[in-house]
Amino acid sequence: MCLGIPGKITKIYDADGITMGIVEYDGALREACLSTVSDVAIGDYVMVHAGFALCKMDEEEAIETLRAFDEINEIPL
Amino acid sequence: MNFIEDFRNSDRAKKLLHSIHSITHKKWVIMEMCGGQTHSMMKFGLDQLLPDQIEIVHGPGCPVCVTALELIDKAILIAKNKNVIFTSYGDMLRVPGSNSDLFSVRAAGGDIRVVYSALDALQIARENPSREVVFFGIGFETTAPANGISILQAKRLGIQNYSVLVSQVRVPPAMELILSSPNNRVQGFLAAGHVCSVMGIEEYVPISNRYHVPISVTGFEPVDLLAGIFETISMLETNSWGVKNAYSRSVSEKGNIEAQKMLDILFEPCDRNWRGIGMIPMSGWRLRSEFQEFDAEERFHVAEIQSKESEQCIAGLILQGLKKPADCKAFQRECTPQHPLGATMVSSEGACSAYYKYRR
Amino acid sequence: MTGHSLSEGFSCPLPFSHHEAIMLGHGSGGAMTAELIQRVFLKYFHSDGLQQKNDAANLAIPDNIHRIAVTTDSHIVTPLFFPGGDIGRLAVCGTVNDLLTAGATPKWLSAAFILEEGLPIAVLEQILESMKKSAEEAQVEIVTGDTKVVERGKGDGIFINTTGIGYIAENFQPGGEKAAPGDAVILSGTIGDHGMAVLCARGELGIRADISSDAAPLNEIVRNLQPFARSVHVLRDPTRGGLSTTLNEIANQSQVGIELDEKSIPISKEVNAVCEMLGFDPYTTANEGKMIIIVPDEIKQDVLLAIRRSKYGENAAIIGRVFPNHSPIVLLQTNLGTHRILDPLPGELLPRIC
Repeated sequence: MCLGIPGKITKIYDADGITMGIVEYDGALREACLSTVSDVAIGDYVMVHAGFALCKMDEEEAIETLRAFDEINEIPL
Repeated sequence: MNFIEDFRNSDRAKKLLHSIHSITHKKWVIMEMCGGQTHSMMKFGLDQLLPDQIEIVHGPGCPVCVTALELIDKAILIAKNKNVIFTSYGDMLRVPGSNSDLFSVRAAGGDIRVVYSALDALQIARENPSREVVFFGIGFETTAPANGISILQAKRLGIQNYSVLVSQVRVPPAMELILSSPNNRVQGFLAAGHVCSVMGIEEYVPISNRYHVPISVTGFEPVDLLAGIFETISMLETNSWGVKNAYSRSVSEKGNIEAQKMLDILFEPCDRNWRGIGMIPMSGWRLRSEFQEFDAEERFHVAEIQSKESEQCIAGLILQGLKKPADCKAFQRECTPQHPLGATMVSSEGACSAYYKYRR
Repeated sequence: MTGHSLSEGFSCPLPFSHHEAIMLGHGSGGAMTAELIQRVFLKYFHSDGLQQKNDAANLAIPDNIHRIAVTTDSHIVTPLFFPGGDIGRLAVCGTVNDLLTAGATPKWLSAAFILEEGLPIAVLEQILESMKKSAEEAQVEIVTGDTKVVERGKGDGIFINTTGIGYIAENFQPGGEKAAPGDAVILSGTIGDHGMAVLCARGELGIRADISSDAAPLNEIVRNLQPFARSVHVLRDPTRGGLSTTLNEIANQSQVGIELDEKSIPISKEVNAVCEMLGFDPYTTANEGKMIIIVPDEIKQDVLLAIRRSKYGENAAIIGRVFPNHSPIVLLQTNLGTHRILDPLPGELLPRIC
């Protein structure tokens, strides 16, 4: 379940009292609800599901994860 | 950083596969809890690359599949109403109820519209004040905030022609049901990444401890899935358990607290029927009484409808990891995506559908 | 609105001549129909066939032509205009490309219109203008036609059926049943552009992306295949149902397997992004200006170059191969080296949330 796609916030605005934004996915744009990801700014990435941002993407964690995977073979098993 | 491509990188995936092969010595059964994971697994053919000892089974992680038959029947009844615009996520249209499906209602003149988000359904309600607009609010914890915000907005803005047919389900009670079954074969779980983006990972810790079962919170790209499998096998092979987060770029320990607060305002836990499985105690969410005016079951007086599933299909056993699609006599014969007999063939998310599509 | 006068005395008022929107009377077969044809349709189409003004066009065929190809296609689309095309361009290109798949040289089209009462005539003219331009580009003549009008609410503005006739050369007769094990599969460009352009233009799902329909007549591609005429086994345009559906048809007709290499299949990043967002499989999304070309392996590079030299073939790529198999199947080799089955589109393309 739960098709989610990371996208970049290009615009943030208020719509009838809730925070909405335009999120870009590799050239495709769609409005998304940002009402529960309060600490985001333009340029941040969010994970969007059914037009709703579930969370801000954590770039540091992503880099760290990739680094850990890339080193994984060196871990003695 | 490319949040998708970097996690589809085939070199990285191959390295992880190599690691999985080198640590796997015994036979293990791992269940993934998310239809999206089933799909990715099949789409990228990852199961072909895993060690033979690892058996991946597909849990009840597809909200389209597990939506109870009586809710589909209720949806169909409501949608037949001439004054109703019935809105839904796309793949619910195909799901058969007892005698019909939403496609057929549309063909017979029902006004049924596919929406991308619940807020789009609310917008349709604002644009059509003389019509009743109903949204089919299916989904797990991931989808609950997206569905829920439309109800909060409707209340705040005083939009009275909008209601939601609520069919929210929760993952942890289903996991517990599977683990507590005397026939359980599942030894480790890949928890659903985006569910945990909302809910965090803490509620899985007691489950892991109670049943001594390793749980890895797992994403959807090949590298994510392999990382989740690697973490789970590592724990299984060392006879340990716990909850590992293999999807930390979009899952934090506490999850999305703002979203959880919103869900708490809107919903309260309730028993819910899962298609193919039956009633799971406290496995669903229903609207709290303050929001009852937005409950389509109340508004259209369909709360009492009961339906009975046909007994031809083994979807329930598949959803609990006891059987695989190919074990079903009807698979690919009487039961195909064009003519689904049961829940798991219905949705493109379902295990049977994914097997049919990618592997035959 | 000319001709309407509020004259003094006992003279009858002249009726409106209804120049702005389609009325039921335009389909009556009477004076209004004749006026519509004369004033609107013949403004854009003036082939000899139409100028004859008979019920059937009388067309001459050269002595050296012994076979013709005939095909028909009905066109419905919402919205009528979208980035990269409109229903008129689709109606011409769809039929022209179907003729081309038979190796035929497209010559003539019929055009039958079902118009909805109330369709602005300016909109009709815009569509006719587009058909005229597309027909010129595709070097076909519209030689006969028909117009009917349905009551408002019983149509979607305009439906267009076109039937095409083309000449077939003796040495160039590709067919879906001719794919042979060992053959290479070439695709003339990116997939999914038409389907995703129309989806975005409909606006229902609120997605904006810079995607244009690929609707185009592929005459030049097929013309540039002439030097290889005898060796071209299959030509087929993957329209509705997309690449996957069309290749399954070919696999069935030829009783072979077809294996595609995922990373070689051209797709724009925008089309890919929309598919990712909605959970669509790009292999089942529609194209309106693409050709699948199946040829023996040994000439694939030369054929590829010929296609890439052609208008609308610049992004052509070799995407797979034909292999012997006991039952027809289309397989995709993923970037990880694994395989999965590509199925035809089962029904309506629906966005997934899950």
